[in-house]
Amino acid sequence: MVRYILKRLVISIITIWLLATVTFFLLRTLPGNPFQTEKLLTVEMQERMMSYYGLDRPLMEQYFTYMKNLLQGNFGYSLKYTNRTVNSIIKSTFPVSAELGLRSLAVALPIGLALGVASARKRGKIIDYICVVIAVIGVSIPSFIMGTFLQYIFAIKLKLLPVSQWKTAAHTILPTVALALSLMATLTRVMRASMLEVTMQDYIKTARAKGLGEGRITWSHQVRNAMIPILTMLGPMVASVLMGTFVIEKIFAIPGLGQHFVNSITGLDYTMTMGLTVFYGIFLVTANFIVDILYGLVDPRIRLAK
Amino acid sequence: MSNMSVKLPADAFRPVKQTSETSELITRPSLTFWADARRRLMKNKVAMLGLIIIFIITLMAIVVPVFSQYSYEQQNLSNTNAPPSTEHIFGTDSHGRDLWVRVWYGARVSLAVGVFGSIIPSLIGIIIGGISGYFGGKVDMIIMRFIDIVMCVPNMIYIILITLFIGTGPVALIIAFAITGWMGTARSVRGMVLQLKEQEFVLASRTLGASSLSLIFEHLVPNTLGIVVVSMTLGVPAAIFQEAFLSFIGLGIKPPIPSWGQLANTGISVFRIYPSQLLIPAALISMTMLSFNLFGDGLRDALDPKLRM
Repeated sequence: MVRYILKRLVISIITIWLLATVTFFLLRTLPGNPFQTEKLLTVEMQERMMSYYGLDRPLMEQYFTYMKNLLQGNFGYSLKYTNRTVNSIIKSTFPVSAELGLRSLAVALPIGLALGVASARKRGKIIDYICVVIAVIGVSIPSFIMGTFLQYIFAIKLKLLPVSQWKTAAHTILPTVALALSLMATLTRVMRASMLEVTMQDYIKTARAKGLGEGRITWSHQVRNAMIPILTMLGPMVASVLMGTFVIEKIFAIPGLGQHFVNSITGLDYTMTMGLTVFYGIFLVTANFIVDILYGLVDPRIRLAK
Repeated sequence: MSNMSVKLPADAFRPVKQTSETSELITRPSLTFWADARRRLMKNKVAMLGLIIIFIITLMAIVVPVFSQYSYEQQNLSNTNAPPSTEHIFGTDSHGRDLWVRVWYGARVSLAVGVFGSIIPSLIGIIIGGISGYFGGKVDMIIMRFIDIVMCVPNMIYIILITLFIGTGPVALIIAFAITGWMGTARSVRGMVLQLKEQEFVLASRTLGASSLSLIFEHLVPNTLGIVVVSMTLGVPAAIFQEAFLSFIGLGIKPPIPSWGQLANTGISVFRIYPSQLLIPAALISMTMLSFNLFGDGLRDALDPKLRM
């Protein structure tokens, strides 16, 4: 186990390093410079800004400087937000995105799995059709349309909830629901398919043959085994949801991380994009690592230290 | 069913004459895997409904812009934001452009991006996954590690990079999807090929002298097609959604060329005053995605023998 964890750690570090390197050079191949978009700056001033941030040095030198800072956990200064480090921007916006993400997952995960199980158990019955319809509609409506409609109906027409912003608990309801609906739909679909797949397995027949009740079979045999595909998708899902979703944040004017991600790439804010990508990469690698350990707990057949 | 009992008199039965010839007779034509799948798909009403809606929307997208008296970029500033009427079936937008034509021209763009943005990356994925799984060893290791790293970089960055390099038209979007979307298919094809290549039929054709290439593309890949076709179908709504999302953040299709995502995005800004400008593209996006999802689900049920009822 210890050997396995160490091996994974080394692979993770290499992955993050490669990720940072690839992103670093990809970003620099983009045409233009970060200060071009601010039209007030003359070419001369742009050049001075470039040299102020060390962007006029040879690319390899910049790369090594960046890597050295990265090793110390320093993402550098944002090129667009004057005098703010990428670390401080992440520190102030990540908790907002993470809170929204966790709230949505807390809603979507139990409901999604329950609908998936219910629908698979009652395959071909009315409950199954209702669950399938909810799930298909959930994945078929893009989040920006869903968000806009929720906002229009509950905030503008019915005036039940605040339109936007991120202040009180009431402010969190609409964005949470908008995000949770699509997550829930995806989870329901995967869980249903996975449950049906498991139903055909021999160990279910064995369980039935030795006289276990349907409830026992479902809960301690089917669900447990059907969780494996869910776990696989949960790693990337949790990582991307916690990192913030641009669309929901934009519609509901939430000060989260998602908007910085998109804006920094289009605005050529190199350090910001780099910082967020590496941060996301670390997050994703950690999430996948936790998932791999959970595999072993759910299914004893999967031994980690092969 | 055991709990249903029907009483039949004994004289309702008579012996069937069986000879050694008739007992071996094949009374029904044997069905190939694909013929059987098609039969089961045709019986699935929901999937067929999806297919019909896709067909109608495609037909409208082809026909309407050809026969309309307006073009998608023709402005009429004296008649802006008109409500739906007989002259302009879906009304006009803030530049006085006819939305009926714009919506169906946008359908061409969105459908093209959706379909090709799903098929092309899948084909690339099949080729790379097939090679990776068949050759195994070092080749496999390198390809899989490459995919691991490339997949770790958020898709958005590639798509934005590519659109910044080669522009923002529909073709650029399809290329961007092709470059970013093949990894998932490659992984699953590789996994299946790894399992399949140990089976006897592969050994048999290798003994008969089949080359590696023909083994991969004539014997192994066709056996993975069922799952790939399903993921291709379900990839279409994903690509349409991706296009809508990119247009929403201003990186997709640029005006005056319309796409559903871009029409919906414009619609959102005027939603409270002219709701129909959002409702129409939103309904079409959702309906198309729904149809492809329903059809894809039906296809999966038809192709996966394990899910037979």
